[in-house]
Amino acid sequence: MSDDIWILGITMTKFGKHPDKDTIDLAAEAAMGALRDGGVTMKDMGLLAAGCLMQSNAGIGQQLQKQIGQTGIPVYNVANACATGATALRTAIMAVKSGEIDMGLAVGVEKLAGAGLLGGGGQPKSDKKEWSPSGRYGAVASTDGRIGAAAMPAVFAQVGMEYGHKYGGTSFELFARIAEKNHAHSTLNPLAAYTKRMTLEEIMNDVMIAYPNTRSMCSANCDGAAAAVVVSGAKLKTLSLEQQRRAIKVKASVLTSDPYEEGCQVLPNVNTLTKNAARIAYEQAGVGPQDLDLVELHDCFATAELVHYDNLGLCEEGGAADFFMSGATWRDGTTPVNVSGGLESKGHPIAATGIANIWEVCHHLRGEAGPRQIEGAKVGLAHVIGLGSACGVHILEKSGL
Amino acid sequence: MANQIPLVDYLALGDQPHLTALECTSCGARYFDRRNACAGCSGTEFASVVVQNDGIVKAFSIVTFAAPGVPVPFVSAIIDCGGTSVRGNIINCEPSPEVITLGMPVRLATYVLGTDDNGVEAIGFGFEPAN
Repeated sequence: MSDDIWILGITMTKFGKHPDKDTIDLAAEAAMGALRDGGVTMKDMGLLAAGCLMQSNAGIGQQLQKQIGQTGIPVYNVANACATGATALRTAIMAVKSGEIDMGLAVGVEKLAGAGLLGGGGQPKSDKKEWSPSGRYGAVASTDGRIGAAAMPAVFAQVGMEYGHKYGGTSFELFARIAEKNHAHSTLNPLAAYTKRMTLEEIMNDVMIAYPNTRSMCSANCDGAAAAVVVSGAKLKTLSLEQQRRAIKVKASVLTSDPYEEGCQVLPNVNTLTKNAARIAYEQAGVGPQDLDLVELHDCFATAELVHYDNLGLCEEGGAADFFMSGATWRDGTTPVNVSGGLESKGHPIAATGIANIWEVCHHLRGEAGPRQIEGAKVGLAHVIGLGSACGVHILEKSGL
Repeated sequence: MANQIPLVDYLALGDQPHLTALECTSCGARYFDRRNACAGCSGTEFASVVVQNDGIVKAFSIVTFAAPGVPVPFVSAIIDCGGTSVRGNIINCEPSPEVITLGMPVRLATYVLGTDDNGVEAIGFGFEPAN
């Protein structure tokens, strides 16, 4: 058994609209791509962990096996909101780390183009006939829109606004500038769903969804898949020098949920579980935020990106607004954040996201990112949040070979 | 006066409408829903307590795009009512960022959200500007 865990092969599909491909086509494209990238086959895999949040009871892993290889290995179908992909990856990592297997495959896939607003609505209860209390709040009518908002754009708008209330320095324009950065970054990413640079004015004048988030400050629902092959350090040593050179070391792999705090069941607290995950990850990896050459974090909305600068320790507590305004998180800054374009432009096919962000980091650490390469990148961090909540943080390091 | 029913169990009607919470007798954590146990300390005993009607806005979003059937615009907010976080709409004012600000003082207000076939009024709540 080896303590070292490596990513041997990893890939993501183009994110966007794939009307000609079904969910399994996309999952197969990513899985076969990751195997090819790692120079291995399904026969080498000791486990398959798979996630597709919108089809979380469909046995997506077994469906995938039936298209690309039924080798009889255990399948774990996982669902963990927007952290589903990271959870699948972490499942494979845990299995390798336990010594039970020496190689595993993780896949995340989603068909989400045109899905529209997520998280709102609630029970289809009409305001007629007889009021009848139901549910844990004894509600006689749907509460979405009557007792605050249930839909994601407003929930995460409030997350950003709460940060502003606590520390100051936030404004509609500041949040819009974060989207301006990510849309600018996306122009260098051919796999992003949207690659159009947008001006600050265009972003602020776009359709308002939930103030202060306009449409171009929201993550884009789209289709996509990503997959990764995980290998033990001991097994990696038996593979070719080229495989060893391109392998990326998993310095930390952490999954947390939200611990109880006042108010966390009123507005989801996405901060503490991210802070906890980051702290554990930095300890595991033996690195600090200052050592990170790039960060892919969960900008499901522009208002969310801001708070995670702080949660991941990229800036001083309370200093996220100043940190961003210093230019630090642009691709030429001291801590480039979301050079892929982030979820706001790359897109957010939910279960794929938690592996695609790791692919982005690996791509740079391997020196294979082409025009958007962060030069000399050695260490990177990938973060996702699934509301409810689950947080995945992975710290990755390039091979010393 | 017509018969009335609150939108949710934790809205107490009467001469002075207010919200109630279930407070964990061990750690003081407050909840608005039916509980199995406390998420903070796993305690199983709760006491019903009154949540103060006055608070300040600690987060808000002006929602202009929502699920089908949800009227827009509305203002979703988190109110700090003397240390207890409450979710509710901001009502009885213009839904604009010029009017609604972080830290703004607000107080509980109720309204009739509809009447059923038996003539029973459902009463909702929100928070209105205190000044």
